[in-house]
Amino acid sequence: MLGHTFKGGIHPYDGKELSKDKAISSVLPKGELVYPLSQHIGAPAVPVVEKGEHVLVGQKIAEAGGFVSAPIHASVSGTVKGIEKRLTVTGNIADCIVIENDGKYEEVVWPERKPLDQMTPKEILEIVKEAGVVGMGGAGFPTHVKLSPKEPEKIDYVIANCAECEPYLTSDYRRMIENPELLVGGMKVLLRIFPHAKGVIAVEDNKKDAIEYLEEAAKDEPNIQVVALKTKYPQGAERMLIYAVTGRKLNSSMLPADVGCVVDNCDTVVSLYRAAVQGRPLMHRIVTVTGDAVQDPRNFSVCTGTSYRELLEAAGGLKTEPEKIISGGPMMGFGLYSLDVPVTKTSSALLCMTKDEVSRYEETACINCGRCVEACPEQLLPSRLADASVHHREAWFEQHNGLECCECGCCSYVCPARRPLTQYIKSMRKIILGKKKKK
Amino acid sequence: MSGLLKVSSNPHVRARMKTDNIMLLVLIALLPASFFGVWNFGLRSLAVLAVSVASAVLTEYIYEKLMHKKITIGDFSAAVTGLLLGLNLPSTVPLWLPVIGTVFAILFVKQLFGGLGQNFMNPALAGRCFLLLSFAGRMTDFTWDGISGATPLAALKAGNPVRVLDLFLGKTAGTIGETSVVAILIGAVVLLWFEVIDLRIPGSYLLSFAVCTLLFGGHGLDFGFLLAELCGGGLMLGAFFMATDYVTSPITKNGQIVYGIALGILTAVFRFLGSAAEGVSYAIIIGNLLVPVIEKVTEPTAFGREPFWKRGKKA
Repeated sequence: MLGHTFKGGIHPYDGKELSKDKAISSVLPKGELVYPLSQHIGAPAVPVVEKGEHVLVGQKIAEAGGFVSAPIHASVSGTVKGIEKRLTVTGNIADCIVIENDGKYEEVVWPERKPLDQMTPKEILEIVKEAGVVGMGGAGFPTHVKLSPKEPEKIDYVIANCAECEPYLTSDYRRMIENPELLVGGMKVLLRIFPHAKGVIAVEDNKKDAIEYLEEAAKDEPNIQVVALKTKYPQGAERMLIYAVTGRKLNSSMLPADVGCVVDNCDTVVSLYRAAVQGRPLMHRIVTVTGDAVQDPRNFSVCTGTSYRELLEAAGGLKTEPEKIISGGPMMGFGLYSLDVPVTKTSSALLCMTKDEVSRYEETACINCGRCVEACPEQLLPSRLADASVHHREAWFEQHNGLECCECGCCSYVCPARRPLTQYIKSMRKIILGKKKKK
Repeated sequence: MSGLLKVSSNPHVRARMKTDNIMLLVLIALLPASFFGVWNFGLRSLAVLAVSVASAVLTEYIYEKLMHKKITIGDFSAAVTGLLLGLNLPSTVPLWLPVIGTVFAILFVKQLFGGLGQNFMNPALAGRCFLLLSFAGRMTDFTWDGISGATPLAALKAGNPVRVLDLFLGKTAGTIGETSVVAILIGAVVLLWFEVIDLRIPGSYLLSFAVCTLLFGGHGLDFGFLLAELCGGGLMLGAFFMATDYVTSPITKNGQIVYGIALGILTAVFRFLGSAAEGVSYAIIIGNLLVPVIEKVTEPTAFGREPFWKRGKKA
């Protein structure tokens, strides 16, 4: 086949050794939990609880605001303090449901589920939709939408994205080591929806032990295969992953289903299992708390809505004064200016760095070295697109496929002139896409 | 946690290689050729190199100071230009000659077009060609071992035999830095090792020149002649250190191969059809002018998209 990789990409310092051997432990939140109504792509969820109402663990507190949307469930029991504007990870101040935790963790009565082989795909999809499952790799695309392609019989690959190419992140890795059976179980749910498809669990080859565990867990499933991918960033980008596994290329305006693929992130697949087999909605996720400024880097199973500050305290607090705190990994994460933001369905990590190398650099002139061209997984000309962005040449930008950019950050990473190429391209994309939306 | 946090757009990490590191590596990679030149041609050539580097850096500094621009001599690019120009001069030139050459290179070719990254021609080579045209006599006065004589390439053109081993080691007449293939290759290995350059440009350049030599060199399948042509003159220095100049070579990977092939053909044209024995410098600066066109036709096809030549036909 293709050596299971793609053209371009980079090999940044991966920092995974800080937290990779730390078993997942639970963090029980104290005080209030904050649930942003918009923690997925699509319409914000609509609250179905009122101020003062008592809620239980697993109770739906907001329902989907449309087809491309997802409901939200309480992860603790307690009282609704209100629906307020709160600071979220991206720096926006957005509507959030705030719940005061009573610390009792009283649960709703979990629904009984039929055995998997007796459920129809339609029933499973309904369950997934109601459970509020969204893509937990970062984008937060509602999973039931992804699982409802126009021609489901044409899907011949179901891929679990366990590449975890983003440096420092070890949440998916711990999941594969500790609960490979949940992952395989989730794959079986997916294969029930797409019976003609082949199941592939795609893992980067720097996680040899995870591959072994998964192969062991999937040994009785002839239709599920574990594929080792070359370790390279951004191997876990959806289009790169599909290419590495199947050799099929798709552009930014196509969906994976257009080439017969369905791709779900590792933790998302586990959530599918929890929803379809165990009857639990999505209300927990694994978050890696790491970085050289953290006392005791850890992997936590976290209730959504927990504040980042509590996670940091659970990891022993700070060892040194951090200069930069990032939600997510160093390549695609968001820089935070406050720790008082909640964990959402898409938060994968809290990364505290003693030194922010980026702010030390000053942008200098492009020397046309071509490193960005070599690194670009989309085979674009990043330095030229950045120039077009600086000079507001929108037509040129679009004509030269600037909209194909996946904002992976490889070009900025390699640039010896320290130009923030990704940022330039990103802002131009936002402008053009915004104008297109208006039309 | 008391201090304020830094916030910026992703990514939050950077690779180690910076512009000044790259330029410094190029300077280091040029050291073997420089040392060999000084050993081969005597201390006089050290003075030429020193004046050349100093005046290049000084020109850039003074211009930027006068124009109230940011001083960029710290990125070592002016030093690289100065050293490359120095290595392209005979050791016998009067010391005011490198000054004129570097002032032309830095001021007219580089700074007036917008500084680093904006020049459309390799400044060192443009400077050299300027000197060649203006001071032809002094620029072609090659003295070696106390005798003023022809360069190996000129001898070759005149039909006289040359010793390929001497060419390879560099014990011949020529400019300060171009004679020793060994010294140049050591530097090239340094650049390749640190991934400052790759083999696309030098490889396709040398290969296409070799093919042209065999086909049109007039010596048929004479490998001795081929080796002498490859090792003689400024070809090796040009292929590894000047054709690979980032600013004046294509940014696209396929374009770099096209560019290398074009340089090989141009060099062969100058050497075999022209009146002079040498043509690397002219080939490269003419090649520089082809870069925008080459880039245009070799734009890579975006992942999952139609190739550019089909673009626009649909929809």
